[in-house]
Amino acid sequence: MSKHRPLLSLSGLEPLWVTPESNFVNVGERTNVTGSRKFLRLIREDRFEEAVEVAREQVEGGAQILDVNMDEGMLDSAACMQRFLHLIAAEPDIARIPVMIDSSKWHVIEAGLQCIQGKGVVNSISLKEGTDVFLEQAATIRRYGAAVIVMAFDEQGQADNYERRIEICDRAYHLLVNEGGWDPRDIIFDPNIFPVATGMEEHRRNAVDFFEATRWIRTHLQGAHISGGVSNVSFSFRGNPVVREAMHSAFLYHGIKAGMDMGIVNPTMLTVYDDIPADLLERVEDVLLDRRDDATERLIEAAESLKGMAGATAKKDDAWRALPIEQRIEHALVKGTAEHIEEDVATLLEAMGSPLKVIEGPLMDGMNVVGDLFGSGKMFLPQVVKSARVMKKAVAWLTPYLEAAAEGQRQKAGKVLMATVKGDVHDIGKNIVSVVMGCNDYEVIDLGVMVPKERILEAAVTHDVDIIGLSGLITPSLDEMVDVAKEMSSRGMELPLLIGGATTSRVHTAVKIAPHCAGPVVHVNDASRAVPVVGKLISKTARAEYLDTLLAEQERVRQNYTKDRTRKSLIPLEQARQKAAQKTEGLKFDSALCPAPATTGIQTISDLPIAALREVIDWGPFFRSWGLHGRYPAILDDAIVGEEARKLMADAMAMLDRMEAENPIQCRAVFGLLPALRHGDDVRLSDGTTFHFLRQQSAQGQACLADFIAPAGTPGLDTDHIGLFCVTAGHGLDEWCAPFREDDDDYSEILAKALADRLAEAAAEWLHREVRREHWGYAHEEALSNDELIAERYRGIRPAPGYPACPDHQDKRTIWKVLDVEERIGVSLTDSLAMWPASSVSGFYFAHPEARYFGLGKVLEDQLQDYAQRRGQDPEVTAKWLSPVLLDDHPGQRAAAATPNSTT
Amino acid sequence: MRPDIVTAAAQRILVLDGAMGTMIQRHKLEEEDFRGTRFAQHPSPLKGNNDLLALTRPDILRGIHDAYFEAGADIVETNTFSSTTIAQADYGLESAVWDLNVASARIACEAASEWTSKNPEQPRFVAGSVGPTNRTASISPDVNDPGYRAVTFKELVEAYQQQMEALMEGGVDALLIETVFDTLNAKAALFAAEAAFDRQGKRLPIMVSGTITDASGRTLSGQTAEAFWVSMSHAPLFSIGLNCALGAEQLIPHLEALSNVAHCGISAHPNAGLPNEMGEYDQGPEAMAAQLQSFLDKGLVNILGGCCGTTPDHIRAIAKLVRDQEPRPLPFQGAPA
Repeated sequence: MSKHRPLLSLSGLEPLWVTPESNFVNVGERTNVTGSRKFLRLIREDRFEEAVEVAREQVEGGAQILDVNMDEGMLDSAACMQRFLHLIAAEPDIARIPVMIDSSKWHVIEAGLQCIQGKGVVNSISLKEGTDVFLEQAATIRRYGAAVIVMAFDEQGQADNYERRIEICDRAYHLLVNEGGWDPRDIIFDPNIFPVATGMEEHRRNAVDFFEATRWIRTHLQGAHISGGVSNVSFSFRGNPVVREAMHSAFLYHGIKAGMDMGIVNPTMLTVYDDIPADLLERVEDVLLDRRDDATERLIEAAESLKGMAGATAKKDDAWRALPIEQRIEHALVKGTAEHIEEDVATLLEAMGSPLKVIEGPLMDGMNVVGDLFGSGKMFLPQVVKSARVMKKAVAWLTPYLEAAAEGQRQKAGKVLMATVKGDVHDIGKNIVSVVMGCNDYEVIDLGVMVPKERILEAAVTHDVDIIGLSGLITPSLDEMVDVAKEMSSRGMELPLLIGGATTSRVHTAVKIAPHCAGPVVHVNDASRAVPVVGKLISKTARAEYLDTLLAEQERVRQNYTKDRTRKSLIPLEQARQKAAQKTEGLKFDSALCPAPATTGIQTISDLPIAALREVIDWGPFFRSWGLHGRYPAILDDAIVGEEARKLMADAMAMLDRMEAENPIQCRAVFGLLPALRHGDDVRLSDGTTFHFLRQQSAQGQACLADFIAPAGTPGLDTDHIGLFCVTAGHGLDEWCAPFREDDDDYSEILAKALADRLAEAAAEWLHREVRREHWGYAHEEALSNDELIAERYRGIRPAPGYPACPDHQDKRTIWKVLDVEERIGVSLTDSLAMWPASSVSGFYFAHPEARYFGLGKVLEDQLQDYAQRRGQDPEVTAKWLSPVLLDDHPGQRAAAATPNSTT
Repeated sequence: MRPDIVTAAAQRILVLDGAMGTMIQRHKLEEEDFRGTRFAQHPSPLKGNNDLLALTRPDILRGIHDAYFEAGADIVETNTFSSTTIAQADYGLESAVWDLNVASARIACEAASEWTSKNPEQPRFVAGSVGPTNRTASISPDVNDPGYRAVTFKELVEAYQQQMEALMEGGVDALLIETVFDTLNAKAALFAAEAAFDRQGKRLPIMVSGTITDASGRTLSGQTAEAFWVSMSHAPLFSIGLNCALGAEQLIPHLEALSNVAHCGISAHPNAGLPNEMGEYDQGPEAMAAQLQSFLDKGLVNILGGCCGTTPDHIRAIAKLVRDQEPRPLPFQGAPA
């Protein structure tokens, strides 16, 4: 197409390009009340549905343009024209081709032009009423966008010889091109095909004159085309299909040679030129070409012997009728062919016994195929609507049986309420869904556009619907749909909700809408899918299974969504390191900021006094462990839990008094403040022992604990230090609780263990303060209240392995090795790296003034690989330990689900 | 003499503006903003009727036009996508339609004049946006009657003609019949344009832009891109193209089909990608520009801009992209000076 513009361009749903190679364009003529008695009868009797089938036969028979003519005295021709064109517009396999609006009445032509979206052809206008009317009509046709057939007819009448034909066509051509601004390619001349072999002398040259005029026009009127009503030529041989078919074929053969490139022909009444018997052909051509004086007699003679024989009328392709019944149903639905659907459904009903099974089985299967084809772009919307109409016909036929089966109780398949949400006026998609639902025997209550949520929900109750369908096209409609869902939930409505429209999605529905609803919420983005979904939601038998699948799917969608969102916010490890490096450039390390500790070596404290520890207990977590939420000490005066809290506090104080007096629990501590330097994300002690840290990978934060230790090679600083510690308040606890167990005094046992946990934490806090003030000695002056202590308003941090800044528990093994923890204070590590006794705390000390706590967040695969390599560990083993912070799943990570619980 | 858009398009690829709705949404307007004083007593809700802002918040429209001109747009569209009696009927505002179009056109034209006088080397233009309305002349919304139509050709012609005459009164440089999902609606718009030109005694260049709505590559009413061109080709079009529903990448094959057959200018204003799962258009300016590069490599377009989800930053990226690029060669048809 790009090189040469077509000789003529027309369109229905698809383009029709006439090119030098096209040879000839067939115009289907049976949808013409003047030419087809059957079609006239159908239109007269208002049987438009059958009339549409006539059009379909024409297209299936090979028509490339569909001629539609409603010129009959007893008809309202304009209304019939519009109605018929509207109906075939809903038939994609017919609407595929361009329409020829055929009328001798101008107002009918104009009515027809207002109904076709493609570029059609007007058939016809002429100079019958003079130049002015001709040009005015032509100008209007141009505005509607159609090609035009000009009949060889002028003020004096119809052209009936060669000279008149060329004279009129020449005049019309120059008027259109020079005065009307027409592209000559949009002009088609009909130089009048008249009957031959009529027995009248003046008709002998009818065909020859047509051929010669055609040749002249094609030579002299550049670009214009030639058309004609071919069946006219054989008018004298009505009732003799063999002769007529031969005449049509021979006429076309010679007409095309002369330059005729379009014709109104019944494609089912044509034979192949070469198949015409030689004798018949010779007689036909004698007539057409006016070769003999007795040509007419000789053809009539031959015709007598052929009378009554059937023509070679081509049968349309109905091979699909031989397919198995289910495939026939599928074919009918996919092609939108309603012709045999009733007999096929009847056959199925007989075989299957239940009308419902027929609908839910083969018919639904067929509609699913339609849905798949639409989804993959192999069908388009008007075809889907067409399929739905076939479905409707099938269901309508089954309806009496359904009613009989339900003993007259049966009503519609279900009631569906449809609405375009507030703030949105787009309803085309919603209307299509309504059409399709209606065709599938659902009662549709359509509230229209811009419907406030209150009205939707009130109408749902009033009409007692089974399902609510919400539609919207613009982005703000998504929020409106969420509001409808929230409103449903606050009204306790559990009706299923269908969500559809251009910007809606499976994910938005699952993430933003479904969580607000008690009932199911289903995203359905095309009409073909709505039917099976609603069917399952309403079905008593299929609903439960469908909901299981739906809810599981939506949960999966939500998880993936969160994961994807996180992934988008993460950056590669290298990039995180670069960004961090830029930030930590401002972080100074010198002898003032990194003081050497006063106490060196590994230190053990074997008996921390409970009296001192109870002073620094953080009571908040204690109450939380009993399910009492609130800030301490305000919680003691809380209107609701205050009394309970006060009672608990009194019991705790009494027990602490006993512990202090009887001293059953030994609180021990071990720590070391050791020379260390940073190497990348690792921190290495002077003996080579290495701690491995993880780095945040979010675009906002790239912190890593190692950043708080001076890097190797820092000028003016030989070494920095890291602290390691472990405290326990668990020794003796089990033995002290034995009497409680014997007395079945669960309360006292739980209280004792909760207090031991608090004491371990207090010990960690107490020891950290001792370290800051004395052993490391960088905070001699520190004098903080207990609240300030709890709020960590001091310099330095004590993060613990297994906690947000360093979630890998494995570094505990290293701490145990360096501090000799088990030997010194008797705390051991289980296989899953939990501490025993459980009331223990271990961790690191970082002393840099900028050191702070942070949550690592999720890390990507690149960091897992890098970290595992630094550890010298199989990444899959590392993945087991890091599973809570890994974004991506790793096989075997389930095994790590039981990650150790240490005290908090 | 005022520069004309047809001459400009022959010299370079013209940049059309981006989304209006997306920009308006940024202002988080409330019901009162839409009502202003003129419609304070209007009986039905008006929030979301963006076209109304021409009368009630002209400052916002002016700001958006300025932002697009500043970003390098040669053409901005009037905020009149739904300013027909048919589309405004949903709000009960049929009687305001004339004023909406005139006001919108004036706001955009004032902005264009100022930007043109700032830099006469780059004359700026205004295209009067003519939307599809929310009714289809080719598709029946009635379950039981495929022959029913919610709107007739004549009703569409009447509504479009009024809108177009008002846009001409307001001074637009061209008419842009856009987001065509039913070709028969667009044919009514072309018919109306001729009637409007007759009445106003002058012609304007006509731009048409269709919308491919589904995976089959068809318009909503079922036409292929080529059939769409053929059905529009009777009018003396300044340009034909595609907009909305798809991102730049998805538009390419359909635009190629159009470019192969159309003998007028080709325009494209795709969305900022496909809406993501949350209904947001999140394709950034660079990503969109990268996809549009292939439009240029293939020599497909004369006019390039953005639809849903595009912002001044997208237009800035597009303007940068088309600078020094040759436009698709044109056998311009019947476009009046």
